[in-house]
Amino acid sequence: MTDIIIHCAVALLFPPLLLGVIGKTKAVFAGRVGAPYFQPYYDLIKLFRKGSVFSDTTTWVFRAGPVVTLSAILIAVLLIPLGRHAAPLSFSGDLVLFTYLFGLSRFFTTIAALDTGSSFEGMGAAREVTFSCLAEPTLFFALITLARLSKSLSLSTILTHATSATWFASGASMLLLVAALFITLLAENSRIPFDDPNTHLELTMIHEVMVLDHSGPAFGMILYGAALKLFVLGAVFINVALPVSTGIALADWVIFIAGMLVLAVVIGTVESVMARLRMVRIPQLLVGATILSAFAMMLVLR
Amino acid sequence: MSGSLHTLYNSSSIPLADIPVVDSIPFLQGIMDVVDQGWRIVSYFGIPDNKGVVLICVLADKGEGRLAVTRTDVTDDRFPSIASLCTQAHLFEREIAEQCGLVFDDHPRFNPVRFHHPFVPGRDAWNRPADEPIRVGVMEYFQVAGDNVHEVAVGPVHAGIIEPGHFRFQCHGEEVFHLEISLGYQHRGIEAACIGGPHPRTLQTMETAAGDTTIGHGQAYCMIMEALSGTKVPPRAEVLRGIALELERLANHTGDLGAIAGDVGYLPTASFCGRIRGDFLNMTAVLCGSRFGRGLLTPGGTVFDITNDLRDNLLKRLAEARRDLTDAVELLWNSPSVMGRLEDTGSLTLLQGLDLGLVGPPARACGIKRDVRNDYPFGIYRMTNVPVATSFHGDVCARTMIRWQEALKSMDFIEEQLRQMPGGGHRRQASACAGHRLALAMTEGWRGEICHVAVTDATGRFVRYKIVDPSFHNWPGLAMALRGQQISDFPLCNKSFNLSYCGFDL
Repeated sequence: MTDIIIHCAVALLFPPLLLGVIGKTKAVFAGRVGAPYFQPYYDLIKLFRKGSVFSDTTTWVFRAGPVVTLSAILIAVLLIPLGRHAAPLSFSGDLVLFTYLFGLSRFFTTIAALDTGSSFEGMGAAREVTFSCLAEPTLFFALITLARLSKSLSLSTILTHATSATWFASGASMLLLVAALFITLLAENSRIPFDDPNTHLELTMIHEVMVLDHSGPAFGMILYGAALKLFVLGAVFINVALPVSTGIALADWVIFIAGMLVLAVVIGTVESVMARLRMVRIPQLLVGATILSAFAMMLVLR
Repeated sequence: MSGSLHTLYNSSSIPLADIPVVDSIPFLQGIMDVVDQGWRIVSYFGIPDNKGVVLICVLADKGEGRLAVTRTDVTDDRFPSIASLCTQAHLFEREIAEQCGLVFDDHPRFNPVRFHHPFVPGRDAWNRPADEPIRVGVMEYFQVAGDNVHEVAVGPVHAGIIEPGHFRFQCHGEEVFHLEISLGYQHRGIEAACIGGPHPRTLQTMETAAGDTTIGHGQAYCMIMEALSGTKVPPRAEVLRGIALELERLANHTGDLGAIAGDVGYLPTASFCGRIRGDFLNMTAVLCGSRFGRGLLTPGGTVFDITNDLRDNLLKRLAEARRDLTDAVELLWNSPSVMGRLEDTGSLTLLQGLDLGLVGPPARACGIKRDVRNDYPFGIYRMTNVPVATSFHGDVCARTMIRWQEALKSMDFIEEQLRQMPGGGHRRQASACAGHRLALAMTEGWRGEICHVAVTDATGRFVRYKIVDPSFHNWPGLAMALRGQQISDFPLCNKSFNLSYCGFDL
């Protein structure tokens, strides 16, 4: 019971801090002081206190977009185990639900974007859908590999199965998985080198351009949803990459939080030392990630 | 052919009567003949009077370093267009049509340039009513039809803090087939306001023609006034002007290098250059108290002199800025992800550059050795030589590299000039302007060639003051560079040109 409360508290309150840490890391690399760690929280509070503007050309689909997106990700949060503790919700086969909750949220983000009728948003939607078709197989291959290793179809088992012993036994495929998952993490969360979350150039955006017309609380939901998504995929990554289990509940939570913060610093570092890819190069990198995870699967199947 | 041309020098004036007046056909034939031989249209404008329109064209020959002017008097309200044979004339003809109401026959895209009323009320090339405001950007755009072709309209309101401009892309998926650029939102009527001048505030107007090119335009105006009044500028003032012009170039090139890095999402260089740009602006403030060089120049010299203390202060600041800038820019060249993004993006060939008559860094990036400081030297550049940096790829990377090379050359120049400042005064009183003359002044601003031409009446007042900002030559270059590119690369290409909207709109 305590773990479930901690699980929900961490999942609801912690994600925006990741964005704060990424921002701070980037600022340090650029020789700036940077915004405070808690800036994303202030931004969210500001947005939720604002009114909304809705274009006359939009329908209920546009308003439903942010709500469905956020709800889908909130459910996904309940399905993954955090800090070596079983998830509040788990059943055999929940990994398929998990993956398609992301599909649902993306579907509603894109149709809400198309609903505005703006040429930019249509362009962004086309890009998002193209790139996510290429990113989805990676996640599936990774989960199948882990399912095979743990001989289970439930995320709680799959993601807590990896231990240092697993790493010794099938190190090559775990290494490939970590690489593939990290690429997917960056791509799915529209980070550099795939997308630039800070750009103001509407022609180059992928994810940001789809949410240009949202404002106030709706936009707040989108930003919060994006932070949650980063948290969820980050947690999947940490579960695989950091197979440490002390057996002490509190210590595991601390290790998990520390791992997530280090991950945020790593993402910030990648964003600081790399330029964005040219858009025609993005599919190549995504296909590369899929191939890595497919190889990881082949290695455990033999 | 060359009988219709009258040679003149940069920063000089000639009696108006010396320019041979030729008929319209020999006038156009003369222009096309010399353009075929490698000459270039520097400025082409009309002076409307009660009988018709006087057309004056200033041409430049790179090979011999010659400048020449030719003239024709049009009494009809129609005139043949040469735009389809000579691309450089394209925008100039549209501009003349808009200002003087002359209709150009067979012009391929006969649209307004800035969407304003003509100089002489009632003489409108498109018969737009004189009492109604003209809506900027409302014109016929080029359209591509077919499956999967879609149109993307950007601006005039942009997501970033930039000037207003409207861009129409004809796209096939992510690929751009055609880009049409429509400006005019910043039109303030500078040229119309100059008629009857010089006014007491004309210098301030010139300094703000393109706000980031204060010294470039300001010096061109001072050179016009000096040429018309026969004033000799003291050597010390020439050196100070040169230093200010190069500091302006440094500040803007540094800002551009940072902005290009920012557009590809490479943060360290973006942040560092943003700060270092401020250092260069502060050096200009050391010279005259204004970070943008406002109020430094005056016809006859400079308003402010420089003391030895200030000189040492500047040298110290310059050394520090050079070190910082080198560190920040080296990061760019050493990051494969940045180079992969810059190379082969938005390429222009040498031939395209010549046809369009590009100037400044975009021209030099495609291998055209074109620089007013070298070709038609003015001021301090008559005494010393700033090497011209060129490249040959013509892509974003080349334009970035040219900026860095030029920044290095400018820093060398400033250091050298500060160490050997000539003595003497820094200002001579300019006398009144002579009447019935045409004066030409060209400077190399950081964006490229700036050309001012003034024509005076009997009392020495301006009957016409023509400004050509380098952006006027280069906007079509940006449109061409986008052909066949990814639409997502537009912001990067745009930044690598970094053209002025207000300098174009005047």
